[in-house]
Amino acid sequence: MHVTSSVREPLITGGKTLKDVTHDISRQVEAKPSMGWLLAFLFSVGVLLLGSIALVATLWEGIGMWGLNKTVGWAWDITNFVWWVGIGHAGTLISAVLLLFRQKWRMAINRAAEAMTIFAVICAAMFPVIHMGRPWLGAYWALPLPNTFGSLWVNFNSPLLWDVFAISTYFSVSLVFWYIGLIPDFATIRDRASGIRKTIYGALSFGWDGAAKTWSRYESVALILAGLATPLVLSVHTIVSFDFATSVIPGWHTTIFPPYFVAGAIFSGFAMVLTLMIVTRKVFHLEDYITIGHIELMNIVIIITGSIVGIAYITEFFMAWYSGVAAEQYAFMNRMFGPYWWAYWSMMTCNVISPQLFWFKKIRTSIAATFLLSLVVNIGMWFERFVIIVTSLHRDYLPSSWAMFYPTISDVGVYLFTFGLFFTLFFLFAKFFPVINMAEIKSIVKSTSEKVTK
Amino acid sequence: MERDKNFILGVYEDEDVLLDAISKVRGNGVKIHEVYSPFPVHGIDDVLGYKRSKLPIAAFLFGLLGTILALTMQFYMMKIDWPMIIGGKDHAAVPDFVPVTFELTVLLAAFGMVGVFMIASNLKPWGQPRIFDIRITDDKHVMAIDLAVNSSMAESQLTDVLKNSGASEVNFKSFE
Repeated sequence: MHVTSSVREPLITGGKTLKDVTHDISRQVEAKPSMGWLLAFLFSVGVLLLGSIALVATLWEGIGMWGLNKTVGWAWDITNFVWWVGIGHAGTLISAVLLLFRQKWRMAINRAAEAMTIFAVICAAMFPVIHMGRPWLGAYWALPLPNTFGSLWVNFNSPLLWDVFAISTYFSVSLVFWYIGLIPDFATIRDRASGIRKTIYGALSFGWDGAAKTWSRYESVALILAGLATPLVLSVHTIVSFDFATSVIPGWHTTIFPPYFVAGAIFSGFAMVLTLMIVTRKVFHLEDYITIGHIELMNIVIIITGSIVGIAYITEFFMAWYSGVAAEQYAFMNRMFGPYWWAYWSMMTCNVISPQLFWFKKIRTSIAATFLLSLVVNIGMWFERFVIIVTSLHRDYLPSSWAMFYPTISDVGVYLFTFGLFFTLFFLFAKFFPVINMAEIKSIVKSTSEKVTK
Repeated sequence: MERDKNFILGVYEDEDVLLDAISKVRGNGVKIHEVYSPFPVHGIDDVLGYKRSKLPIAAFLFGLLGTILALTMQFYMMKIDWPMIIGGKDHAAVPDFVPVTFELTVLLAAFGMVGVFMIASNLKPWGQPRIFDIRITDDKHVMAIDLAVNSSMAESQLTDVLKNSGASEVNFKSFE
């Protein structure tokens, strides 16, 4: 028999049975779209269309529509790219790393977190593609394809190319991992449905039969995918950080970047998961599955990764002073007191100070405070990338070419476009897919729900 | 009687009762066709006597293929087909090949293994599963016993075995 330690809080509250789990989670897939969902969805589509104007303008006129100049050749595009990729780190971390560590609380949030990961990576990938100016030719620059330019291959010594491989692998492996988990749940919905819905969910469920043999293979697949995805998730942001770290720009040329970027990615990813899950649990009445306990655990991850990020900021500073390199020292003084001081101090406040509030139990178990701080962290992490990229570039070795970067309406518009895309995809997911992994939750109902702990 | 057509089904409510029942039923000399569950039940492959899945081997082999392909591709393109000096390094700057090699290893291992899983478990978008009991994707575990395979036992005998093992219901199901 399963016995749960009385010290451990139940993961599922409300005395749920297996039937309740099926009902509570399939309910929102089967119901007619609510007015609230419809309005939110239409709003996202609106943002998407508005942003599309900027996107089309950029593609039609060229990258000159952006605020870049010959000094600051990378700005909003790559800031947004790194920001979205960072957000896309939480999902696979939750489902893969927490699976390897047998953390059962992951089961309530992994589905939505992985969906968020996939959508965030799609948004991230928009920027490198768009910034090529003529994306329809971009395949030749990004992929090792035979071509008519003299068979000149892509450069395998470049971290930018490693990024192409890292992000496309990360995206496709995350997608497969997510989909494998969805198959049994689609079968559940198929077996409750009739008519056209049964046909659609039947096709999506790939003819799942729930046999013990299939489950046994399914578990092997999940475990190995987790084992593969764990180094993968760490490699992706490591390689993104190489884009900067392998250059000789003061402020970029540091060996601390890979772990610092990975911690920052997990930090921002968890913040975005919290933002979305707090809304989702409320709208779909999932309070018994995503409990305050889940929110508190995610907040603890935020304290840890936020503190790592804080220490990384301070270490960078110390190393700039200790290295004795004048350009490096200037880059950091310029970050703090230069023309972009406001970006630097926003980053410090949002990323280093605000997550420390989670040391108070009252704050980390408060939904309103968590929601607010999760937004603050995401704003802070955007500023972190902006600070690293723009303040390092705008004043480099040659003072005669120092310049400022000002975003144009197209910069803002393309960023809006990705927001529209992200939320449109997330709302579609939330309506038509089961937002919680029913099969996994059912496997822990007996051992960790309130009923058995009595 | 033809095989794989007529089944007697034991319906179970609880995974621990089910695990116990599988041992009891098998102990009575009954051959179980398959057990269907709404979620993965830990330890079920042991009591059913299933061998460990060979999927890890498939993953390893596909991963190895990925490593070999990635290294071959990079050496061919950078060293043989169009050698260039980049950053004053050797044409084949091996440490620079590590990230892409790693990514392709993971990519092929993951996709190869999932492909093998799909084929082995007969999962495909147009797949039509045989549904013994619609509730197995909701809240019930179902043990299916092929009557033809166990023709040495009478139906009433099988019913008794299932009932005694803790089944909450015993049903019959025939497929065309």
